[in-house]
Amino acid sequence: MVKTLERQEAATDGAPRLTKLSPLAASLKLKLDEDQLTNCMRCGFCLPACPTFRETGVEAESPRGRIALMKAAAEGLLAPDAAFEQQMYHCLGCRACEPACPADVKYGQLIEQAREAIEEHTTSRRWWVKAVRTAVFKGLFPKQNRMRMLGGALRLYQRSGLARLARGAGVLKLLPKHLAEMEAIMPEASGRGVVERIGERHAAKGERIATVGLFRGCIMDMLFTDTNVKTVELLTEAGFDVVIPPSQNCCGALHAHSGEVEDAKALARRNIEAFRAAGVDYIVSNAGGCGAILSEYDHLLHHDESWKEGGAWFAKRVIDISDLLVRYGRMPSLAHAASAGAAPEGGPSSAGSRPVRITYQDSCHLRNVMRAGDSPRRLMRSIAGVEFVEMPEADRCCGSAGIYNLTQPEMAGQILEKKMACVGTTGADVVLTSNPGCLLQMKLGEARHGAGREVLHIVDFVHGCMRADGAKARE
Amino acid sequence: MQSSVKRELLDILGPQGFRDDPETLVTHSYDGTPMLQSLPEAVVYPENTQQVSDVMKVLHRHRIPLVSRGSGTNLCGGTVPLQGGVVMVMHRMNKILEVDLENLTATVQPGLITKTFTEHIESLGLFYPPDPSSMAISTIGGNIAECSGGLRGLKYGTTKDYVIGLEAVLANGDIIRTGGKLMKDVAGYDLTKLLVGSEGTLAIITEATLKLVPPPKAKKTMVAMYNDLYDAARTVSQIIENRIIPATLEIMDRSTIRVVDEFAGLGLPHDMEAMLLIEQDGEPETVERDIARIEEICRAERADRVNVAQSQEEALKLLTARRSAFTALARLRPTTILEDATVPRSKIADMVVEINRIARKHNVTICTFGHAGDGNLHPTATTDARDHEEIKRVEAAFEEIFEAAIRLGGTITGEHGVGVVKAPFLEWKIGPAGIAAMKAIKDSFDPHHLLNPGKVFAKSSRKRVVIDRG
Repeated sequence: MVKTLERQEAATDGAPRLTKLSPLAASLKLKLDEDQLTNCMRCGFCLPACPTFRETGVEAESPRGRIALMKAAAEGLLAPDAAFEQQMYHCLGCRACEPACPADVKYGQLIEQAREAIEEHTTSRRWWVKAVRTAVFKGLFPKQNRMRMLGGALRLYQRSGLARLARGAGVLKLLPKHLAEMEAIMPEASGRGVVERIGERHAAKGERIATVGLFRGCIMDMLFTDTNVKTVELLTEAGFDVVIPPSQNCCGALHAHSGEVEDAKALARRNIEAFRAAGVDYIVSNAGGCGAILSEYDHLLHHDESWKEGGAWFAKRVIDISDLLVRYGRMPSLAHAASAGAAPEGGPSSAGSRPVRITYQDSCHLRNVMRAGDSPRRLMRSIAGVEFVEMPEADRCCGSAGIYNLTQPEMAGQILEKKMACVGTTGADVVLTSNPGCLLQMKLGEARHGAGREVLHIVDFVHGCMRADGAKARE
Repeated sequence: MQSSVKRELLDILGPQGFRDDPETLVTHSYDGTPMLQSLPEAVVYPENTQQVSDVMKVLHRHRIPLVSRGSGTNLCGGTVPLQGGVVMVMHRMNKILEVDLENLTATVQPGLITKTFTEHIESLGLFYPPDPSSMAISTIGGNIAECSGGLRGLKYGTTKDYVIGLEAVLANGDIIRTGGKLMKDVAGYDLTKLLVGSEGTLAIITEATLKLVPPPKAKKTMVAMYNDLYDAARTVSQIIENRIIPATLEIMDRSTIRVVDEFAGLGLPHDMEAMLLIEQDGEPETVERDIARIEEICRAERADRVNVAQSQEEALKLLTARRSAFTALARLRPTTILEDATVPRSKIADMVVEINRIARKHNVTICTFGHAGDGNLHPTATTDARDHEEIKRVEAAFEEIFEAAIRLGGTITGEHGVGVVKAPFLEWKIGPAGIAAMKAIKDSFDPHHLLNPGKVFAKSSRKRVVIDRG
């Protein structure tokens, strides 16, 4: 063992420290959790788990590399420049590195802290990126009525023929290719969310097991309202009273992941109030991305004395729909009626055809943050007449990662292409996921590279298997 | 770096193969070793042997040092560029060039990830036994440079026992080939074995031919707990004396058992002094017979309880304790220093007792687990790099642990390598004449000390203080 002195000499010899920290470096020093930075022992066990490292093979594109960059910036070994900022945003935030870490480093927290510092001090970002994000994050997501108006407007666009017109006239060609493709696979939006459709309160069928509050989610409620409705029906069927507090709002995940932590905290406080007033035993989410940040409200508010306890109250009640159903629910028997080989639109199934084969793409945050990746699998395996095939590398990010596929289309596209090759090896007829972002990304994957497979939210599929008349999952 | 040198390197490697931006330099200034960092001047990513050779010719002409590396997971500071210069990352040379089923060999490039390789080999119904715990990310080239071991060392040997041929680039850019698909080869000095474990100080490995073996057909796992460390150690010796070589024979001391149980909630008894994890593999009948005999030996040596796994799941559960050891320890405190002092296996108990005494003396936390079957222990200190006073005590304790290992007929490092961390202690193991002989080898391969300079040989050796314990 070399003496400490010699080790430190080695460090300083090779790299003179900067005498004056830039505003960004100073902010990083202030915001980054020094204990977490120190906890990283650079063993490298996170490298094979990291999608961007696997794509590039470049150390700076790995969790170990990014933490080393953060530490170097905070310690004055590195002047954080535009490349540093880009690297912090190149991370998908899938947090697959966290279960792989022997030392339990909270990488997700570190990357959010780094982004928070960058948001305050960025010198390199084009002004309009920030302006657009501010408009969307501050003006749209926190305002449920505006989200619904957007849903209505989107629906009008899709329904009125404007969409066809825009596609035909080549207006969409003005958009970057990945945005135009996204537009094409977008499901029909809705101006009426789950509460407007079916109301706030729903009684359990049979003896009540517990009361759950449904976290409806912004994207889920605008683009996948049906899935929210079916989530409520699954919950009541399985023995839960359901409340959907109408004053709940956006979970704040996109804000927190993009460094807008104060906005995320404000949203968290309003959600805590809404669900506390509703008096629920569980807070159920059908979107892994929302569920993960909801389950971390305790961490998000741990410096906030007056909300600390509320954050903890909230966080420990958060559970994913699949997890709640398989662990505490009274599930009806599930069966899938149709077989593969049948005509795609509900035609008669041919004799001797095999059961429907399904596969599953993990929601990274459901698996790596909520650590409930096993529950969707248990749920799928419990369905009669269905063959569940585990997809190779199902635990790897699909490239959706919140808004990553919009902001980093190149990397997201590379990752998606590999993902679709993995889907191909399963021979599945249906691909299921547990998060709207993944759902859209997998739909995009099918559109780009696919073979006509169905891509569904797990709730929609399970709901279809519950119906007594055995109709097909798809409606 | 001089712009003319940079231009030469760019000409050889293209823009994809050369980087010298600050982010790249910072992220190649460390490896898996705690408290060690030094920036290179450039990082290169060659695609083939010719590029490696061409780069080395340029660097040789300009006398610029080079550190070749894989994933940078070593624990001896082996790939930290202490004297700056160029870091050469081998990740782009990551192909399996050939699996020869007639000769049972595989020829691979050095940047290939160990686990990717073993999975491929196992899919062909063959076996490559070296299994360092970093194998999910470590590279074959890195394993060869450090002569990595693993859990299977006792029965199957370590990396050196499987490397039978190499292609390597010397400091002056010359390309050499050693060995081959040959099980016997005494044509001159055995340069293959010399390069294995040479820690990147003699040559840059660019291709390796590896020996493959048929896989064992069956495997069985068991655990034995002891009230007395010496009973556990005697069990280890007795098993070997009974002419049984288990595939795995691991030990955990009392403090490790406690930490692991608190982490994984396995319901392990906290009052036991030692736990042995034993696995045997081979033909099903042999495995049954060996495990039955080992069970008898454990009981005869006063094991408090013995548990033979009856199913795959149960075996996995028993393995969890040993597999969780590093993770459980790493979570205790921010900094984890994992060493690999090794003694003849008959001295295992004496060594564990010594480690515990030394830890108490310096008031530091050191938990010990490791490969009892081959005498390779992992005394692991959990500490905090920011507490300089404590770090001094930890380093003083390790110095005494190395001394104790040598006194018991052992070595300062069993499988991690010397690197920079143990360089000051190398002389304790091999003596001044040994150092001189090794330095002569280094000088003849690399007269200008361009390859991984500052490693293996220290500027000054530590003075060995033999503690007189009456």
